[in-house]
Amino acid sequence: MTLAAIPGETLARRLQEATPDAVVEWDDAAVWVRPEAMASVAAFLHDDPDIDFAFLNAISAIDFVEHFELVYHLMSLAKEHTGVVRSRVYGREEPTAASVVNVWKGADFQEREIWDLMGIRFTGHPNMKRIMLWEGFDGHPLRKDFL
Amino acid sequence: MTIRTEPMTVNVGPQHPSTHGVFRVRITFDGEDIVEVEPVLGYLHRGTEKLAEERNYVQVVTLTDRLDYTSSMINNQAYCLAVEQLLGIEPPPRGKYLRTLAAELQRIASHLIAVGFFVQELGAFGTPLMYTFRSRERILDLFEMLCGARITVSYMRPGGVFSDAPTDFWPALDQFLDDFEGELEEIENLLLNNEILMVRTRGVSPLPADVAINCSVSGPVLRASGINWDWRKMAPYDAYDQVEFDVPVGNTGDNYDRFWVRMQEVRQSLRIVRQCIAQIEPGPVRLELPMVLRAEPGAEAYGRVEASKGELGFFLVSDGGVSPYRCKIRSPSLINLTITEHLLLGWKLADMIVSLGSVDINMGEVDR
Amino acid sequence: MNGCHLDPQGALGGNPLFALIFNVAAYVLPCWLAFVIAGLVIMLILINAVLLGAAIVSWGERRLLGRFQNRVGPNRWGPFGALQPIADLAKLITKEDIIPYGADRLAFTAVPVIMVASLLVATAVIPFAKDVALVDLNVGVLFILAVSSLTSIAIFTAGWASNNRYALFGAGRAVAVLISYEVPVVLSLLGVVIVAGSMSLGDIVVAQAVPFFLVQPLAFFVFLAGMSAELNRTPFDVAEAESEIIAGYHTEYSGIKFALIQAAEFGGALFVSGLIATLFLAGWAGPVADWLGWLWFLIKTFIGIFLFVWIRSTFPRLRLDQIMTVCWKFLMPLSFINLAVVTLEVYFLRDASGALSTADLWIMTAINIPVAVVSIAFFGWIIRQKVRDSSRTTAAASPVVRGVSTIEVG
Repeated sequence: MTLAAIPGETLARRLQEATPDAVVEWDDAAVWVRPEAMASVAAFLHDDPDIDFAFLNAISAIDFVEHFELVYHLMSLAKEHTGVVRSRVYGREEPTAASVVNVWKGADFQEREIWDLMGIRFTGHPNMKRIMLWEGFDGHPLRKDFL
Repeated sequence: MTIRTEPMTVNVGPQHPSTHGVFRVRITFDGEDIVEVEPVLGYLHRGTEKLAEERNYVQVVTLTDRLDYTSSMINNQAYCLAVEQLLGIEPPPRGKYLRTLAAELQRIASHLIAVGFFVQELGAFGTPLMYTFRSRERILDLFEMLCGARITVSYMRPGGVFSDAPTDFWPALDQFLDDFEGELEEIENLLLNNEILMVRTRGVSPLPADVAINCSVSGPVLRASGINWDWRKMAPYDAYDQVEFDVPVGNTGDNYDRFWVRMQEVRQSLRIVRQCIAQIEPGPVRLELPMVLRAEPGAEAYGRVEASKGELGFFLVSDGGVSPYRCKIRSPSLINLTITEHLLLGWKLADMIVSLGSVDINMGEVDR
Repeated sequence: MNGCHLDPQGALGGNPLFALIFNVAAYVLPCWLAFVIAGLVIMLILINAVLLGAAIVSWGERRLLGRFQNRVGPNRWGPFGALQPIADLAKLITKEDIIPYGADRLAFTAVPVIMVASLLVATAVIPFAKDVALVDLNVGVLFILAVSSLTSIAIFTAGWASNNRYALFGAGRAVAVLISYEVPVVLSLLGVVIVAGSMSLGDIVVAQAVPFFLVQPLAFFVFLAGMSAELNRTPFDVAEAESEIIAGYHTEYSGIKFALIQAAEFGGALFVSGLIATLFLAGWAGPVADWLGWLWFLIKTFIGIFLFVWIRSTFPRLRLDQIMTVCWKFLMPLSFINLAVVTLEVYFLRDASGALSTADLWIMTAINIPVAVVSIAFFGWIIRQKVRDSSRTTAAASPVVRGVSTIEVG
């Protein structure tokens, strides 16, 4: 037995109903949303009885140089399915995305870690401080241009 | 007459006998009661994710040993599963069984440490810890036979394990399993119904199931809160679909339940190991793969296992090069720490240490 | 003869060793100087004996703990590692003596001295064998209680003077525990004093035709538990709980000061074991040969130490509030029951002169053992509920979210 993965298309269709113009594109595995809409997308995915993404597995940030990408691995314990939501964040000076910590408390340390190591700010996070490195550390080490 | 009191802030850690390494938590006390909690991390940050981007796929295995150094085998397994998913390969059956066997032995060792230190933090002066370490040492000896190392094992490789077990490994394993039955019984008799242990842990720092889910808690801590979720059952990897075992589940998620779940999981792991020994068949242990692995450009994989601390995931992104473009580690210890505040607020100083111990964090994995 | 006279009724007059030294010294020295010299010599003997005893206890405890924990314990230096305490002492003496910044230097330094001094002074009244006590005070029990409670002041001073918050935690806890447990301990000793009819430790030993742990099992139990707490030993060792508050009140002590505090602790274990031997196990009285009294005393003391090590290596620690609950709601009623029962028995059994015969003691034993078993079982049952309730402050079973649990919590 393995967990069923919800296709990106299904997620995209549901999201377009609930939060119009949040969705950017989708493929088989994931749906891309705008970073500033992430909080409302998260609230919908968490509360919707069919999708029921009550559990946030992981938030990953990838530096693709021309943009950053946030990957949210989600799952439902009751429905036993998983899903992936992604978000492209542009700009290298002060890239920002909406925080999902009000929906999933488990995002707390992960978002702080992404800010610390990747330099993406999350708006709406109550305690957006560095977590691994000290305040005043110069740069964000996981970026590709940090040497 | 009213006595004026003022809260007192104490830095517990990073050098404290029972914060499991270099965990630091800044706590404000009102007398002995905890009124404010702030975890401070990063004292063991080594930039594993960045280092992984500089090494080829096989070399990264050695980095994973140093994450949760009490369960290196399981870390190896999680990473290798992610790479295999990335490359679309599958190890031969004997390799799968050896991995399962090693991972379950490692889970026993890790839980023994967790239980031993948990009781040590309750104030039992070393005796239960020595009992559990006696058995753990024997497991490490077995690992030494398998791969020459005890802690930083680097036993597994993408596509299997690095070599077959030596012939004298199997009698040694049988001998250990027979002895361990008795040793485990001894530990259980000493601890499971200990009156002082019960009054100190029952009902202390309960974690309701909805909080546990919302905080993305995983592993024994999640199961202690009454949620039957084990990745070995939900998405079986390696040989876990071939073996039978039960998932112990607590109900209130208090300190006793977390301790109890671990004790029961040791028994279940023992069952799995015995089944692996019975089912394993001769054959190759590793796929023939090129020295340097390369994945398709743009390929991605999220490999996860049920590690001893919880869901350990590796999210690998490839750009077609010889090393991962991005290697994100979903570490259960870090995310389980999200509940620190929930567990500690309103409880006493003495309970704080025990509650932290019951979450069973490992700083190598928290800070990475 | 020199014309010096020792008053046999004086405080030290009854001590034959003191008299011997005094008489020899008085041949060449003036009387007052001979008195001083004799006093110093005999004190030196006692001090060295107690500190050597503390060293032996520290080694013995570590060896015993080792055996309880499936390991060997210190065994490298000397036969069976018996010289280990000397090595430890040499190490501690040569280490830097650190006084933390912001500490109250005078108070900080005074603490180890006070702790060792109060231990040594209290030891003065213990009869090690027949007529071998430094001084057999007629208020011996009171003296011991008064002197040994100095420790709680020393501990609080240590916590306060160290300028360390863990030390402060330890000091606060220690004072709470020590003062609370003083009450049941005193009450249990009252029973002993009533039966013996004297506060002199020598008389109490003589009165034990039947050892008092049989005559008053309740008092023995309460005294043992209370002394575990006063010694800061598991399950009552909150004051120096190393997994919670590093080392409690002596966190900041190092070098020779730490050595002194350790000496006071191990010496305390020795002293309390000796006290238990004296008060409840009939002290130097043995089955044969009064001149072997020191041997019986040593054996009984060792039994006490073994008991403490055994308890220490077995039990986890209680929480502070639970310790208080155990004191006030468990040990207090028990000691009151003991006091009431013993008083009534003595009232009815004593003869015209107020003395108790051996047969009377056996009658009391026959009554008191069932009383002890029943009351410990009853109050034990009550305290179990109370302690459990007190730890269940917020626990409410949360709904099981999904799935069938294959194993239920027992």
